[in-house]
Amino acid sequence: MFKEVMKKLWTDKFARISMIVLGIIYFSLLFADFIAPYTKDFSDRTMAYVPPSKIFVIDENRHISKPYTYNYVRGFDSENLRITYNLDRSKKHYVKFFSKGQPYKLFGTIPMKRHLITTDNGGRLYLLGTDINGRDVFSRILFGGRISMTIGFLALFVLFPIGLLYGGISGYFGGVVDMLMMRFAEAVMSIPSFYLLIILASILPSGMTSVQRFMLIVIILALIGWAGFARVVRGMVLSVKNQEFVQAAQSIGASRLRIIVKHILPQTTSFVIVAMTLSVPSYILSESGLSFLGLGIQQPDASWGNMLKEAQEYTNIIYRPWLLTPGFLIFVAVLAFNVIGDTIRDVLDPKSNK
Amino acid sequence: MEIIKYILKRILQAIPLLIIVSMISFFIIRLSPVDPLAELRLNPSVSQETLQKETQRLGLDKPIIVQYGKWAKSFIKGDLGVTSNGEQVSTKLKERIPNTLLLTTIVIFLTWIVGIPLGIVAALNWKSNLDRILTVLTSIGMAIPSFFFAVLLLIFAVKTGWFPVGGLTSSDFLEKSLFGQIIDIVHHLILPVTVLFTLSLAGLQRQMRANLLDVLDSDYVKFARAKGLSEFDVIYKHALKNAINPMITLLGFEFAGLLSGAALTEYVFQYPGLGRLILEAVMRSDINLVMASLMMGAIMLVLGNLIADILLIITDPRIRRTNV
Repeated sequence: MFKEVMKKLWTDKFARISMIVLGIIYFSLLFADFIAPYTKDFSDRTMAYVPPSKIFVIDENRHISKPYTYNYVRGFDSENLRITYNLDRSKKHYVKFFSKGQPYKLFGTIPMKRHLITTDNGGRLYLLGTDINGRDVFSRILFGGRISMTIGFLALFVLFPIGLLYGGISGYFGGVVDMLMMRFAEAVMSIPSFYLLIILASILPSGMTSVQRFMLIVIILALIGWAGFARVVRGMVLSVKNQEFVQAAQSIGASRLRIIVKHILPQTTSFVIVAMTLSVPSYILSESGLSFLGLGIQQPDASWGNMLKEAQEYTNIIYRPWLLTPGFLIFVAVLAFNVIGDTIRDVLDPKSNK
Repeated sequence: MEIIKYILKRILQAIPLLIIVSMISFFIIRLSPVDPLAELRLNPSVSQETLQKETQRLGLDKPIIVQYGKWAKSFIKGDLGVTSNGEQVSTKLKERIPNTLLLTTIVIFLTWIVGIPLGIVAALNWKSNLDRILTVLTSIGMAIPSFFFAVLLLIFAVKTGWFPVGGLTSSDFLEKSLFGQIIDIVHHLILPVTVLFTLSLAGLQRQMRANLLDVLDSDYVKFARAKGLSEFDVIYKHALKNAINPMITLLGFEFAGLLSGAALTEYVFQYPGLGRLILEAVMRSDINLVMASLMMGAIMLVLGNLIADILLIITDPRIRRTNV
């Protein structure tokens, strides 16, 4: 079945583009340390809100030259009372590929110095400008993407076992157990999910390490979604629990937990796959919304949501549009996931094959 | 008679649900390390008496079950306590809930008016280019993060000056005539409604398309065609009615999604709704306010589902037969 789905995904034009886009995104995130010109925590406080570096390929004599860039110098516009950045045209800084820059560890282990793209000493290459602390937005997008693009999957890995087991037990036992378990699930679903999300996030104690916070946010995201999933699983369990293979397992004396886990739940595989792909984007959106409000991933860690937090100020969005880039990336990633999800649903839905 | 019996049954079912909701919310909030009266204690304008009264009302010196009992009792009586600013929680809610309801009702109305026809068009042109384009467009609408879209629209509003930036009313609202006031509110609503409309259109359009495709494939439609009815009669007299009915169930879901989606949109547009209220309350750890708005959100959601169910019973006789 997996092969068939992949084949269909590849033949569908939109799905193929989406897969390529997501492939590029995840590839860049994996090699973020190498691709980013700067490390995660590099900041230059004197260079706050610098616009994106301009890269020139034609020099002042109108000759084609190796790509180069000028640094920005800070000035003050006393008329409009604004800090301005102007190009310092006195010194050229050539853009270099595969050359040495700040040291980092590839995949957290291999020490390396070479970056995909840097500039020579004294030059600063800000492909997407800098933020309030003078950190390179392009580099932070790469590092922040690691969090934003994986948090959804992690939440799913927490949520699915819970939902499967809960729905499985509820459906298989039936009766009072089913009634009580389903009422509880319905109650969880009756709380507007975003309200619950912000409340759970707000009671997280402060002073956690960033890894702890990340894991807790994963768990919170999972706590929001399990109920709806469990309800659907229960419905599917109800429809298979009286079939012969279940009766056979019962008659040879298999334990109830074994019947649920080994015999009944595997019947829901295709649904689980569809539900997984369809719900990844909603978790990406939830995380970014939460971080946008300042309740999710915290500074100095980057995530696409908390990078957009700066876009809450009018002056930022009007004078510093480069700060909005993470928003477009969220949009592109979610769109790609949605298109793939739609296509998978079409493939697995027998009706669409007529 | 049967309808009334069923409706009563559904209403009775909603009550235990709300009790469980209140318990879940209460324990989540109370188990948090936040002191529910911290803000009140720090506020110099709140007297020692009010503080004493709150401690007693909440039963903070007693075990958590007793606290829940006390809270539930005063909640039913309509006493929701005071906010950290010393205002009554109930007045605050009365001010905000209608605004959120106004926003969501308009959005639901608009998505139905636009989404249903688009779903029909897509289903009738199944697998054609038009269908694909519609799917792509709605996917795009679904993929824009609501807060990001709201921020973009705000830039648009600031740059063009065509729309007011945030809020629900202008500063000179009270001096306007009734007509002027309505115009003012509509003017303020356009941007938030646009965001939520884009967000929720996709789901509705897709569901309608899928339903109609299902129905068009069914035996009675084939029979109607075989009988020689015109395509128009088949679709608009037979198929459509049965395809729209299940959409009513979606009303409840849509409402739930909107309540959640609206929170971020309200926050960005500084719209005085329930979502923004709960956000502000959470940020100030204003426990009374958080608890009350959480409950109100849940009650609104349960009521929304209830209304959808009742509508479904009225329009679809088949449900009555299977459920009562």
